[in-house]
Amino acid sequence: MNRIVESTVQAGVQVRRVPVSTTEPFWIRMLLITITVVFLGFVLFMPLAAVFTEALRKGWGTYLRSLNDPMAWAAIRLTLLTAAVAVPVNLVFGLIASWAIAKFEFRGKSLLITLIDLPFAISPVVSGLIFVLLFGAQGWLGPWLKANDIQIIFHVSGIVLVTVFVTFPFVARELIPLMEEQGTEEEQAAVSLGARGWQTFFRVTLPNVKWALLYGVILCNARAMGEFGAVSVVSSQIRGRTNTIPLHVEMLYNEYNFVAAFAVASLLALLALVTLALKTIVEMRMQRQAAESLSVES
Amino acid sequence: MNIDVRSITRSFGAFRALNDVSLNIREGELVALLGPSGSGKTTLLRIIAGLETIDAGCEGSIAFDGHDVTDRPAGKRGVGFVFQHYALFRHMTVFENVAFPLRVRKKKHRPVEAEIQRRVQELLDLVQLGGLAKRFPAQLSGGQRQRIALARALAVEPRVLLLDEPFGALDAQVRQELRSWLRRLHDEIHVTSVLVTHDQEEALEVADRIVVMNKGRIEQVGSPEEVFHHPATEFVMEFLGQVNVFHGRIGDGVARLGEMTIDYPSYPHAEERAATFYMRPHELDILRTANGPGQLAAQVVRMNPAGSSAKVTLQTREGTPIIVELPLDRYRELSLQRNEYVFVQSRAARVFLPDASSEALPDYAI
Amino acid sequence: MLAFRKYSVLPGFRITFGFTVTYLSLMVLIPLSALFVKASGLTWTQFLETVTNARVMASYRLTFATALLAACVNAVFGFIVAWTLVRYRFPGKRLIDAVVDLPFAMPTAVSGIALTAIYSKNGWMGQYLEPLGIKVAFAPLGIIIAMAFVGLPFIVRTLEPAIQDLDKEAEEAAAILGANRLQTFLRIIIPSLMPALLTGFAQSFARAIGEYGSVVFISGNMPMRTEISSLLIVSKLDQHDTAGATAIACVLLVASFVVLGTVNAVQWYISHRSRGGN
Repeated sequence: MNRIVESTVQAGVQVRRVPVSTTEPFWIRMLLITITVVFLGFVLFMPLAAVFTEALRKGWGTYLRSLNDPMAWAAIRLTLLTAAVAVPVNLVFGLIASWAIAKFEFRGKSLLITLIDLPFAISPVVSGLIFVLLFGAQGWLGPWLKANDIQIIFHVSGIVLVTVFVTFPFVARELIPLMEEQGTEEEQAAVSLGARGWQTFFRVTLPNVKWALLYGVILCNARAMGEFGAVSVVSSQIRGRTNTIPLHVEMLYNEYNFVAAFAVASLLALLALVTLALKTIVEMRMQRQAAESLSVES
Repeated sequence: MNIDVRSITRSFGAFRALNDVSLNIREGELVALLGPSGSGKTTLLRIIAGLETIDAGCEGSIAFDGHDVTDRPAGKRGVGFVFQHYALFRHMTVFENVAFPLRVRKKKHRPVEAEIQRRVQELLDLVQLGGLAKRFPAQLSGGQRQRIALARALAVEPRVLLLDEPFGALDAQVRQELRSWLRRLHDEIHVTSVLVTHDQEEALEVADRIVVMNKGRIEQVGSPEEVFHHPATEFVMEFLGQVNVFHGRIGDGVARLGEMTIDYPSYPHAEERAATFYMRPHELDILRTANGPGQLAAQVVRMNPAGSSAKVTLQTREGTPIIVELPLDRYRELSLQRNEYVFVQSRAARVFLPDASSEALPDYAI
Repeated sequence: MLAFRKYSVLPGFRITFGFTVTYLSLMVLIPLSALFVKASGLTWTQFLETVTNARVMASYRLTFATALLAACVNAVFGFIVAWTLVRYRFPGKRLIDAVVDLPFAMPTAVSGIALTAIYSKNGWMGQYLEPLGIKVAFAPLGIIIAMAFVGLPFIVRTLEPAIQDLDKEAEEAAAILGANRLQTFLRIIIPSLMPALLTGFAQSFARAIGEYGSVVFISGNMPMRTEISSLLIVSKLDQHDTAGATAIACVLLVASFVVLGTVNAVQWYISHRSRGGN
């Protein structure tokens, strides 16, 4: 009977009659699933596996020695510092901006959202470049900075600044759509019940968006720690001073010190895996929250 | 075309949507599948269409004019299907929507462009929307969309037209209009049609025959008059139209409802047993004075004369609510007062015995 | 300004709006304007000379061609991945779904060196491909692979919700009107997914145009042959030629804005049309 196809390709699942009108023939489904698995295997899993394989090419001893290098530690410290500044700054901005944008109606709202998203549309190298144009020796503020003995480009502060720039939209863009969707009824209720602005925000708005907020923070952090192009432009790559982990990886790689390069890179790959795991957990929480609020409504 | 549904069972997990359902639909008639949500009416319609299959172990079958179509895919059954939410293709104009079934035919069966143009225009004229060919679905009102969906379903030249709650998403007035329009259209083209609805008024008004469904089974099949006036089961009685329900006892040719006693010669047995009495509001009358044992004393609670008849809500001494529907002139003649005590008289009632609930005793009339 | 904003009982609009605009200006708009001010400081001849220089032109050609191809590869495979993840059930689906975002989470430099290791002469793939005459690392093919890697999640993540929201009744309607599955796919499903597909395509394309970290290692950076525009900006900067870097950057930036803007316009047209405008 050609109408009857298996409902799933999982082995051991009972065979059920399913009309073919809204699904593909069995062999096409198998083919598409195979393509997906093979394609993602080659494109995504293989690079991930390559990082760890290359890092351990000469054994655990060499791996650990590569990591236990003062230069590597300096890079790790700088990366942590950068993220420790960029993430909170953008978190605060994201909360404030999403309150203004999502909870009020005003003209030019979509333009403002587009402008907040702007750093995503700009190439990392160009992002670095614009800060060189601002603060570099030949830049707008270059002479003034020099006169006052302040250094930004080729300095830690430049790295932090450019990282804040490239991670600028992460938190805001997660919060704005969700907060718009949730509307202002609950906040209006809170205000009518006598809550003040802060109380309304912390007791009503924030609990409703906490998972989206966390989601934005996770992505923001991953990008802050992993940014390469923009940071590489504003950094002089002075060993141990303005090297972040990704820049340190590049330097080792260009010195043909592959094992060390991949060893340090494996830290970033681990970070990526942790990010993905956290992201998946948070997504599940968000789905559950959405499902719960739906079931309560109906 | 004649549709023969034989012993169809369909389960979704542990839920039996259809339980051994058999039904025959005759050539050219318009049948309504009526029932509450979850009664299996939409599942049955979708199985007839081929959008849903029967259970793997089920031996039942669907036959069109004697030909078994159980294993034939939806697109090859020659059925037209109208969806509740229209299912118009949003990115296509009205014209392209109606032309779709013609364009997807195999090359040798596909009409030439001029023929497509002609046929589509004809169908649009049939649904009285000939001028809207270039519009997109989003530019139409709900009622217009549903008529386009109907024109599209007719474009396959179906031998059966299946309509799944076709007016469910429309507001009351449009619904009323489309309902009578559909009936006129059916009288014009005479294609065998099956309409799913949970709206009894719609079913009673449009259908030649009504199939009342409940919990995956068919409760009754009959003409609108039959199912309304001679309901076969308690469910049909309660589902179709408003009804007053009383619990009482019956025996020795007499029914007892509290203080009210009614002669009930069709139950002459000596042993007395519990029974449920159903009385439609319009089958009740209100009297100022009692003129026999058949009447029930009740207090007027609310009166609503807005409409073609007056609705009076009363309450017995035991607190049972009773709804009575009176013709407006009778209502005026009575000039009832709130909280006044009156007597309710029944002109007809139906009695169901709990343990033989699928079988009704014959109606009685005073 | 009378109707600038609707009245609301909620407090804090002025201060949060003011802060948002100020911070946005300081952090994004002013730095960005530096680029255009600097570019406008160049004379036309200077500007044209820089951006039409043979090596620069070669880099544009390479960047746009590889970015376009990468976006096309992603459109096809991203579609299959998204479709499979939404419509089918299979073992390991959840893992695969999570890993789709790897290119977002993995620092580009790491992806870059990993891809290079895989596709260079002795790598896992390179050792089989090179004898066949297929050169990936230090060739345009490698650039395409790196760009496809970073752009893949854009397509998958924009298509997934669109596939989820597809009107199942429309598919059933098509089937019952006599369309076979392929016809339903081509005439109903693909057109319905077009807006999402376009968005994903544009995002993937724009990202590839500006990509640096993952490409720079695998491309080999040979002038005129495998040198992408982002890299050229960096080398101009290394030579302290800020003017040259700015000119090239302007072209890149305008190009990505045009891509994203065009797609927005097309999308607006599509949704406007099917939503009832004339």
